[in-house]
Amino acid sequence: MINTRRSFIAALGVLFLKPFAALAAWNEQAFGAKSAAEALKTLGAPSPASSKDILIEAPQIAENGAVVPIEISSNIPGTTAIAVLIEKNPFPLAGKFEFKEGALPFVKLNVKIGETSDVRVVATAGGKHFAASTEIKVTIGGCGG
Amino acid sequence: MAAGPMKMRATMAGGNTDVRVLMTHPMTTAQSGQPLHFIQNVVVKQNGRTVIEAEISQAVSRNPVFSFRLKGGAKGDKIEVSWLDNKGESNKIETAVA
Repeated sequence: MINTRRSFIAALGVLFLKPFAALAAWNEQAFGAKSAAEALKTLGAPSPASSKDILIEAPQIAENGAVVPIEISSNIPGTTAIAVLIEKNPFPLAGKFEFKEGALPFVKLNVKIGETSDVRVVATAGGKHFAASTEIKVTIGGCGG
Repeated sequence: MAAGPMKMRATMAGGNTDVRVLMTHPMTTAQSGQPLHFIQNVVVKQNGRTVIEAEISQAVSRNPVFSFRLKGGAKGDKIEVSWLDNKGESNKIETAVA
């Protein structure tokens, strides 16, 4: 009796959660990729052209890999998305930002970096993909947090 | 640590709207030995219209802080930022541009 009631409540929960989950998409395949190349392939950007119009502001040396500030902006006209990949992290893709009408292609965030790594930023504009990267040296890794 | 309150500041700067938002969240990784618990989705709205949609991973630092920039805008515009994590927990905050 109790079991039936529990499973009924659980089923009810699933019913309520499902529409919410459907609203918020999260690219499990891209975020689950274990290499930057695989993540980019999944995102449909296997070989982005390198660009000087993507600006990455980050420390060259991060003493604490648990909190590394990265500021990104794209000067490529019509930029609609920016993806951030930390090459040496177990799961390189850290974030993907979509900028709609009214937003500027700019984001500043703090990330965890496990060990010294290239940080690659891929910007999408007009269906084309562009990339820039910078190396961040990490003294104390940040993936234990 | 549980997920908790948010803080946000939205100001006019150089003709654009600067948004800075802080989320209280553990953002635990698979490597930490704790249950995986992290924000997956962040949405920014300006006067009710979605302007930025982000998907993020466990690689974003604990208690995430984001800065965003919106084109133009005016004092009094309503900015809303919401998040949703891998356990289905969510939160949001709204503020008027100062």
